[in-house]
Amino acid sequence: VTSQPSAIRPDDQLVDTDTDTDTDADADGSVGTGSRATRILGLLTLAGIALATYLALVASPPSPAPPDGMGDVVRILYVHVPIVTMAYVGCGLTTLGSVMYLWKKSVWWDITAAASAEVAMVFTALTLVIGMIWARPTWGAWWVWDGRLTSTAMLLLLLLGYLAVRRLPAEAATRSKRSAIVGVLLVPNVYIVNRSVTWWRSLHQGSTLGLQPKIEGLMFFSLMFAMFVAALLFAWLLIHRWRLVWLEEQLDAHELDRAILERRAEAAAGSTPATIVPPTTSGSI
Amino acid sequence: MSDWGYVSMAWGITAAVLVAYAIWIIVRGRALSRRVPPEDRRWT
Repeated sequence: VTSQPSAIRPDDQLVDTDTDTDTDADADGSVGTGSRATRILGLLTLAGIALATYLALVASPPSPAPPDGMGDVVRILYVHVPIVTMAYVGCGLTTLGSVMYLWKKSVWWDITAAASAEVAMVFTALTLVIGMIWARPTWGAWWVWDGRLTSTAMLLLLLLGYLAVRRLPAEAATRSKRSAIVGVLLVPNVYIVNRSVTWWRSLHQGSTLGLQPKIEGLMFFSLMFAMFVAALLFAWLLIHRWRLVWLEEQLDAHELDRAILERRAEAAAGSTPATIVPPTTSGSI
Repeated sequence: MSDWGYVSMAWGITAAVLVAYAIWIIVRGRALSRRVPPEDRRWT
């Protein structure tokens, strides 16, 4: 670690990553976005995923056969419900981070919002895909323009819009402010998604959980455990994505500094001949 | 397609997407962190 340079390495040095320095750094875990805490969290998450998969696909009983229930298709809900719940959490974090950035101008909150938005986008896209797969055997169609589905698709578009605004070329503060304004809109949209099954006539079923859960026993435990594991996975992804955004910000800042220094050096070199007084002239005077 | 076919498709796509996303984050993090001085990586 001590042999690593104290300045940003140029892009061309990324090609050769198998140097002795990198190997030493890899060995003590100092390269990358991982840390001791995230490695423990990752191991817990992997173990939890294995147990949740066993509970959902093997241990828990199927729902009654249609038309009274969903049969084995109910096993899709053990992944669908946790994923959509974490998508909502991600949207909430993005809105919180955006509000806090607009209020405090804190880079920490800006990065939190950005990292959370991308993880939420992945989870929301998965929600739509899994939901479509669930809908085909349940409703007989992959997609219907139902209030819940349409508002969820709108939520995905809003998240993509947030990420697109972050990639627009602009000064860091301007970019953060623009994206924060989009980020503030996420939680109101999540509220619309959540209430859509009650506000409009909907094919989508109402809430399975809540104050009076509609499932019990091992099915309820399996679903709650899957939600716990999804929370662990979301936390692991969020922490690593946060650190990745931090690295990107550091590199952008260093590369900007380097470009300014280069321009100043070029300007100084270009103006040098005009400021030099010829020796013969000065000598004669 | 049977019920288990839909169940397998949903779980398979979820696993594939999340594994791919996690790998992308790790690989990109390792690539970028090599270009940033250790003192700027507060978590190490």
